[in-house]
Amino acid sequence: MQTSLTRAMALIYRDDLVLAFRRWEQIAQPVVFFTMVTTLVPLALSPELGALREIAGGVLWIAALLAALLGLEFMYRADHADGTLEQMLLSGQPLAWLVLAKTAAHWTASGLPLVLVSPLLAISLGVPSDALCVLMASLALGTGTLSALGAIGAALTLGLRRGSVLLSLLVLPLAMPALIFGARAVDMAIHGEVARGSLLLLGAMFVLSLTLSPLAVSAALRISQE
Amino acid sequence: MLHGVSLDVAAGQVVHVAGSNGVGKTTLLRVLAGLLTAEQGSVSWQDRPITADFDSYASTLAYLGHNDGLKADFSARENLSHEVGLRRPVTSDEIDDTLTRVGLADCRDLPARVLSAGQHRRLAMARVMLTSAPLWILDEPFTNLDHVGVQLLSSVIAEHIDGDGAAVIAAHQPPAIPGHTVNCVNLA
Repeated sequence: MQTSLTRAMALIYRDDLVLAFRRWEQIAQPVVFFTMVTTLVPLALSPELGALREIAGGVLWIAALLAALLGLEFMYRADHADGTLEQMLLSGQPLAWLVLAKTAAHWTASGLPLVLVSPLLAISLGVPSDALCVLMASLALGTGTLSALGAIGAALTLGLRRGSVLLSLLVLPLAMPALIFGARAVDMAIHGEVARGSLLLLGAMFVLSLTLSPLAVSAALRISQE
Repeated sequence: MLHGVSLDVAAGQVVHVAGSNGVGKTTLLRVLAGLLTAEQGSVSWQDRPITADFDSYASTLAYLGHNDGLKADFSARENLSHEVGLRRPVTSDEIDDTLTRVGLADCRDLPARVLSAGQHRRLAMARVMLTSAPLWILDEPFTNLDHVGVQLLSSVIAEHIDGDGAAVIAAHQPPAIPGHTVNCVNLA
């Protein structure tokens, strides 16, 4: 009797998270980076809240995007090195769905912490509290999109010895639309405008990348075995 | 790298893939497992090309490669429940029994990173046993195993063959499988 697909996906999700927490520095690194960059901005520019509020949306989004980019490289690297990727390819389960579970686990370990600390950092940059919901929603969609897109880059650069530079070059241009609409949504919310349109566009990008990326990733993972 | 290689594996057969270093034993095994695609020719399982329905072919095979396919941060038990659990529902009793069989009962809760290379190999073997797949593709399964380990593995393979399983084994030494003749494919 074969394991059901939902059971297999749950197993991948749970075990990937267990592994991530055993290597907790991988979870801590993006959060620390995100916190450092946003706290350095007032020191380098101006400590005046009015001035900070004007740039807060952009700063938070750039910092979160780069922080999320840090963890992408490790998505499949260890699995490739220790041979568990081979076993996953040969598990007899539809690979694209397993990849989706892995992407979800990666987001939970690297994107979600950023979303959770973002309100604290936003308040320190003078973002009004009614804009925090929009900030968190936009970052949740944005980091989700980046995890899905980044998985493609991570799978494509698996065989390369110094894949991290190429990975950034591959993924960042694809993430630009998310950055534009995400930062715009936060900016509008800060100024008390309705950010719904930008958020909906972000949501559309998220759904698109989430549906297409597992297919591309599973093809890239099979190629990585050649 | 490989040209004109043809082999048949039937239920109840052991095939030993022999050849000197670098001749393509691993490549052949990876092609058989479907991890590599052959530039020419094809691999068929039960008269159907494996590419037709790869997932169902993959679920009938257990592959042991150069890499043991173990997570260093998982314990022996966790490794098995993860790897085997992806393929079929597995109970912890089954896992414990198999770990006892391969001689790892005492270190079942230790993280794989503190186990020795031979113990890794035994753990990977336990995974292959638990998969309950009819076709075993084993790449140098005897590497790093001690004398007792080699005997254990040979008898495990013999049991698998007795149960109408099939095995393709790449190794430098012809494997001695008790009670069975080994068909040899020499790539050199």
